[in-house]
Amino acid sequence: MSTTEVDRQWTTKLRRRVTAKLPPDKLLPDTQPSYVASWIYVFGVTTLAALMVVIATGCVLAIRGPQWWHGSSIGHFVNSLHLWSVEIFFFAMVIHLWGKYFMAAWRGGRSLTWVTGAVTFLVSILTAFTGYVSQTNFDSQWISTQAKDGINATGGGAYFNVLNLGQMLMWHIVLLPIAAVVLTGLHVLMVRSKGVVPPFAETSDAS
Amino acid sequence: MSKKAFRPDVDAPEWKGGHTPYDIIKEGTIALLVVAILTVALAVVFGSPDDKAVTLKRWANAAPVDFAATALSELNGTSGTATYGAPYNTNATGQQLGPLQLAKWVGARIPINAATAFVLDPLKSLPNQSTLTSDLAQWKTASNGTRQQWMNSYTKAATKMTFHAGQVVVNATNAGPVPIFINDLTQMARSGALDQALVTSNGFYTTDYTLPLLFIADGSYLENLATAQHLTGDQWGMMNETGSYPGQAWLWLYTFWYQVPPFNQSGNGDVLVWGLMMVLTAGLILVPFIPGVRSIPRKTRVYRLIWREHYKQ
Repeated sequence: MSTTEVDRQWTTKLRRRVTAKLPPDKLLPDTQPSYVASWIYVFGVTTLAALMVVIATGCVLAIRGPQWWHGSSIGHFVNSLHLWSVEIFFFAMVIHLWGKYFMAAWRGGRSLTWVTGAVTFLVSILTAFTGYVSQTNFDSQWISTQAKDGINATGGGAYFNVLNLGQMLMWHIVLLPIAAVVLTGLHVLMVRSKGVVPPFAETSDAS
Repeated sequence: MSKKAFRPDVDAPEWKGGHTPYDIIKEGTIALLVVAILTVALAVVFGSPDDKAVTLKRWANAAPVDFAATALSELNGTSGTATYGAPYNTNATGQQLGPLQLAKWVGARIPINAATAFVLDPLKSLPNQSTLTSDLAQWKTASNGTRQQWMNSYTKAATKMTFHAGQVVVNATNAGPVPIFINDLTQMARSGALDQALVTSNGFYTTDYTLPLLFIADGSYLENLATAQHLTGDQWGMMNETGSYPGQAWLWLYTFWYQVPPFNQSGNGDVLVWGLMMVLTAGLILVPFIPGVRSIPRKTRVYRLIWREHYKQ
């Protein structure tokens, strides 16, 4: 096999492209620019950590099925863990979002990082919503019968039926988590690839 | 070739300063531990709400007149579902966004005939009811005009409907089989059989609760329970949940519009709120590309708080 032939392989091209964009020292850095010195930076990693707890507690709930937590004190406790990890997730995510806005974190070719982050926020809202309507209790009855009017008014209710437990549960535990995790992964890889946005250069452009 | 001008809200200065040690794995591990401990603490202290779901059985036993009146509205075509329009039927145009009739264009993709689905079909499933069977046959062979006459007579008298000795009491004359229908359906609901009939109407295995949820939502019982828990639309609605829990606080902006004019006064309120939220959502995603919005961080200088150590130097 000639070197040229190896160079033309899809695998070779993909590896070179990936390692050029994300060399190991960018993917797992051991230093960071000295301007990265604020508590606001904590909320990105907090969001990620909360997402892990959300997924872990959701997986435990999934083992025994959607009704388990109503009749088991352990199940109810796991549901409480799931609920509060979601609350922490959104709390951290919203602060992260506002922090990044006031840093204008899209500067320097980081627009797509912002876009993936914003879309992840929206997907997370939909994931949480489908969770609330899949609880199989009074809350899920009330929230779904109220929410149907908004979605139906757009025509979307014909395809996304919030009163259909099976459909909502599948979106909640399969489709939307996959979307959220993939988007989060892309977002983190973009942050690692481009680095954390530098401060505004005040002397020339802050006025 | 001329060098492109530096755009402060789009471009970032190249960092030529120093670096500090950073252990990303350690940071991630500590964050995970802290979040896990905080989650456990919140779950132990506050738990989570779990009010039992409302069943048709519970509703018909707790508020039989409300149930029977709702059943009548399903039969005579005046209930919320019967007059909804798309996606359940074509009995209303639905909401409009300007000239756009989005729901109507999509059509009745989840077709529901309220009288058939909520009243007649469940009654047909009751075994060994000779009077009911002949009444259903009488209904089937009657003309639309006769049916309407029966329903009008019963509906007029039903304003004084009571529930006495386990029976729905309405002093109606010339109402044909309607009194039997409403009373038998109420008995069926009180026994729990209607819950099963609606859930399994499309087969043994099901995960679709569209029919029973629509029926329950057409009555007042569910809404009264929600009002007592401060969950109705004018009480910031579905972003809340039962008890003193934060609920879906992240839906505050969506719910906010339902509290203010023109959205809370318009018959097209839902679609107007959704239209506005779609625009705002697109705006959030596209912030980096919107002149003015992307300049706010630089002009407000909030960033000086974030990077105060950097600017001190």
